[in-house]
Amino acid sequence: MPKIIKDTQIVDDSWIIIEKDFSGPLPLGKLLLPMQYWLDNRESLNLMIAGLWIDSDEAVELVGHEANLFPLIAVNFPAFTDGRGFSIGRLLRERYSFNGQLRAIGNPIQDQLFYLKRCGFTSFDLKEGADLESALSSFNDFDESYQGAIVPPEPLFLLNSSKNN
Amino acid sequence: MYIYNEQDQKIIEQRVAQFQGQTDRYLAGKLTNEEFLPLRLQNGLYIQRLAPMLRIAVPYGLLSSAQVRKLAHITRAYDKGYCHITTRQNIQLNWPQLEDVPKILGELAEVQMHAVQTSGNCIRNTTSDQFAGVSQDELEDPRPWCEIIRQWSTFHPEFAFLPRKFKIAVCGTEGDRAAIQVHDIGIQIVKNSADEIGFQVLAGGGLGRTPVIGSVIREFLPQKDLLTYLDAILRVYNRHGNRDNKYKARIKILVRAWTAEVFAQEVEDEWEYTKDTLGRLTQEEIDRVKGFFTQPPYESLDNKISDEELAILAENNIAFGKWLQRNTRSHKIPGYTSVTLSLKPTGVAPGDVTDSQLEVIADLADAYSFGEIRATHNQNLVLADVKKSDLFKLWEKAKVSGFATPNIGTLTDMICCPGGDFCSLANAKSIPIAEAIQRKFDDIDYIYDLGDLSLNISGCMNACGHHHVGNIGILGVDKKGAEFYQIQLGGNAGSDTSLGGVLGPSFGESEVPEVVEKILTIYIEQRKGDELFLDTYRRIGVTPFKESVYPKDKKISNMHKDQGLKHA
Ligand code: HEM
Ligand code: SF4
Repeated sequence: MPKIIKDTQIVDDSWIIIEKDFSGPLPLGKLLLPMQYWLDNRESLNLMIAGLWIDSDEAVELVGHEANLFPLIAVNFPAFTDGRGFSIGRLLRERYSFNGQLRAIGNPIQDQLFYLKRCGFTSFDLKEGADLESALSSFNDFDESYQGAIVPPEPLFLLNSSKNN
Repeated sequence: MYIYNEQDQKIIEQRVAQFQGQTDRYLAGKLTNEEFLPLRLQNGLYIQRLAPMLRIAVPYGLLSSAQVRKLAHITRAYDKGYCHITTRQNIQLNWPQLEDVPKILGELAEVQMHAVQTSGNCIRNTTSDQFAGVSQDELEDPRPWCEIIRQWSTFHPEFAFLPRKFKIAVCGTEGDRAAIQVHDIGIQIVKNSADEIGFQVLAGGGLGRTPVIGSVIREFLPQKDLLTYLDAILRVYNRHGNRDNKYKARIKILVRAWTAEVFAQEVEDEWEYTKDTLGRLTQEEIDRVKGFFTQPPYESLDNKISDEELAILAENNIAFGKWLQRNTRSHKIPGYTSVTLSLKPTGVAPGDVTDSQLEVIADLADAYSFGEIRATHNQNLVLADVKKSDLFKLWEKAKVSGFATPNIGTLTDMICCPGGDFCSLANAKSIPIAEAIQRKFDDIDYIYDLGDLSLNISGCMNACGHHHVGNIGILGVDKKGAEFYQIQLGGNAGSDTSLGGVLGPSFGESEVPEVVEKILTIYIEQRKGDELFLDTYRRIGVTPFKESVYPKDKKISNMHKDQGLKHA
């Protein structure tokens, strides 16, 4: 079974990514559906088994507050240099109060894990062959951060201010 | 100046450790070239024509004497004994070894310096006015705001992989010395009708292939809202900026495609959601940062007496008088002045400075300017707080070390990119052109008679040498493998920023100084009173210059039809 990083642990993972151009009957299992597929077929789908994946150029607004219908939402990084996913992750957490598992898929690299975690991502499907043990150490690249994000939500100046007062 | 606390120090040290790890993984083959590229760029490391190149951040151009001594040491120990001041107030090393870079970053961290986000598609070093805090015409010191932006932008988790690089400049005076109109975001400190200080915000400016003057997207932003508003701009850009074509990826292209009005509205809509969140600045934080930019312990001096003494010295020593006229500048405190050390003597690449010169500058700063030095976007260094009564001693020492050329703001104080001698993107060399022009115009009286005049040179359309905003701009173009130069006239980087227009077909290297001379002759013939070059150009237009440079009746075989406008 493929391995991913979830909550800073290496774990087995059985979610199946359904491609955008998929047609025909869905396979069995825990499925990550393309956002547009869900939008088109939502009436006939049983969401108990489904997660959703959003591509970097798609409008997360189309999922909006319905995000919490899903236990897992994945955001695709078609190239690791495509940074749109960082904003999508934050929007899901901040604007749409998504509280399920938020996963980075596609090609995120080890050196982005710290930022991804700060933007609300909790699981990470790195490219095949990535050294996951080595990757875990990157969560601890920095102890403090200047700006607030999802983790932590307060900017450093607020954290310091509450420490001092 | 801002002094790191333990947290700031730790963040920078952890960055060094992180980059050491990345370099180790790269050298061990565990990180591909493609993956290492943006990581090293975000630590200022380019791979250039001859060697790696390391760009060191100088936040808003401010340096302490201890930092300058460290830079002297680094250029000596890890490079060839000189470095380069860039147009973004940073410092560049041309010859470091890749394996040494983590060590260099470690040394920099010892003096609270780094190379973070000096390159790559992220928020770059924030720039400002080199005379911040000492100008008479300043509404408020921009440096605390630059520092607040520096901290917010450092390792911003959402904006480390933008469509393209992103540059912010802040200005606190009406006369813009920070070129805020040609930055991705320009922040102008303003006062509203209720007498509150806040910011006018511009977006979508930039040079490069497609030079654009930024548009105002908000007339007044309250101080505490600065960071949440910047977040909103960056989020809109991060999500909607073009990622398919890097030549269309800057924010200027998005603002232009949407129009400034639509872009501004998108930002407002985004900001509605976030303006009252935890990211909003507090007065406590603003005051904390402002606390680092208090006035140095100025003496109370009699300006009149200092001026009288200077006048006598200047009368008795013509060279000193010239230097006084061009290289010093009025100061808000009586009896003080700001001195620009010229890094533009003839025969040295504009902006280059050696290790031993850096040490002299550090000593001068300690002796005469409260231990502070500033880098300027015109590629010079400034001692901002010098007593007028110290000027003569300072001048004598500066002269011995080679940075008292009295040419600030004149033709020979050129901005010039590294060009074909160093840069792998260059179409043409730029340093030899600068030198040829300096050699041709070596008559200081002629140069003074021309007055304020900017001549900017870039080796290609990336415009690192700001050629679009030079009164005279020179751009290297490639024609069937040969190096040619296109001339532009009428650019300006001040508060009335304008982009130069192309004069006509381009020239070979050897022709450039003569062409510049023809242009200057037209100016001298046509100027009215003490009109500056730019004013004359704006009044008479390009035609007289064209007619002189490209006489109609003469067929000039070595001129080539140019596609220059297509690049510009
Ligand atoms: C030698 C290595 C260098 C390389 C490879 C390089 C590359 C580039 C590129 C590709 C651009 C265009 C970016 C765009 O329009 O999106 C650019 C712009 C620019 N570079 Fe450089 N550059 C180098 C050195 C420098 C130096 C030494 C300076 C300062 C003296 C500098 C200052 C700038 C500035 C001010 C821009 C302006 C335009 C803008 O951002 O709108 N660069 N550079
Ligand atoms: S303008 Fe062109 S030649 Fe000059 S430094 Fe920039 S990229 Fe290189």
